[in-house]
Amino acid sequence: MAKVQGAVKVNQERCKGCDLCVVACPLDVLKLQPKEVNNRGYHYAYMHNPEACIGCASCAMVCPDGCIEVYRVTNK
Amino acid sequence: MTPEEIMKPENLVYAKPRLLNDNHMHYCPGCSHGVVHRLVAEIIEELGIEDSTIGVAPVGCSVFAYNYIDIDWIEAAHGRAPAVATAVKRLNPSRMVFTYQGDGDLAAIGTCETIHAANRGENIAIIFINNAIYGMTGGQMAPTTLEGMKTSTTPYGRRVDLNGYPLEMSKLLAQLDGTCLVTRQAVHTPAAVRKAKAAIKQAFINSMEGRGTSVVEIVSTCNSGWKMSPAQSNKWMEENMFAKYPLGEIKNTVKK
Repeated sequence: MAKVQGAVKVNQERCKGCDLCVVACPLDVLKLQPKEVNNRGYHYAYMHNPEACIGCASCAMVCPDGCIEVYRVTNK
Repeated sequence: MTPEEIMKPENLVYAKPRLLNDNHMHYCPGCSHGVVHRLVAEIIEELGIEDSTIGVAPVGCSVFAYNYIDIDWIEAAHGRAPAVATAVKRLNPSRMVFTYQGDGDLAAIGTCETIHAANRGENIAIIFINNAIYGMTGGQMAPTTLEGMKTSTTPYGRRVDLNGYPLEMSKLLAQLDGTCLVTRQAVHTPAAVRKAKAAIKQAFINSMEGRGTSVVEIVSTCNSGWKMSPAQSNKWMEENMFAKYPLGEIKNTVKK
């Protein structure tokens, strides 16, 4: 079976740390930065567990600020 | 493969639509407005109508909608977006005209304009963001506020004997002969976002083809006004708002 691998790129300066992508992710890939903040003072989201990502784009669908880009490859 | 190897243009599955520009949105973190703005931008891009779309921005939190989506906009007086959209559509029948309104704008100050525009069957699309509160001015009671819901002007909860019942605008508009599509959606989960997108797309197509007024109500959250975190407000919305405002199509006269 082909293995699907994904990755997301979060626009850190646009992210407001609302946590909705973290809740929406079915595989717990994303997390908010525990300490780091962007230049507006928000704890932005990042890929905490990149291996688990399948590029389903659930996070990008619910992101209110459109700061998530989703990439996906299928290894044959 | 490492994330860096995967992040190549040929593997791109989803990105911010081009029409949603890089201006930083003024909405609170987790606000549903951002999702709906993105959907509007995506749909206009997909339909290829960015040169023939005119949006009418309301008064309320989404008053600066024209700063975020790169199409032609008009700013209407409070509640008068459907009246302005009527004029725009009648003078430019080939254009896709939509209004983007909140519940304070559409259901309180603009009730008259909304009902009459829908009753005349103006060929416009109305996007109605219903968060049951006046978000911009500090969380006061709106006509759509739920019974018993605490707001800054009803600190002990909305009382029916004093404040009346929550106004169900979509149900009311569905009674009018001028409307061709009345639907209620939400944007709290990925599946709901996809459904909402399909509904807005249908509304925009209806506007272009002159089938009558389309109303897409989006039941949304106001986490600042409700005094909850974005994730908590989504849960609260599912538990409380959907009981009064159930999701789904209320009226669709367009044959599939």
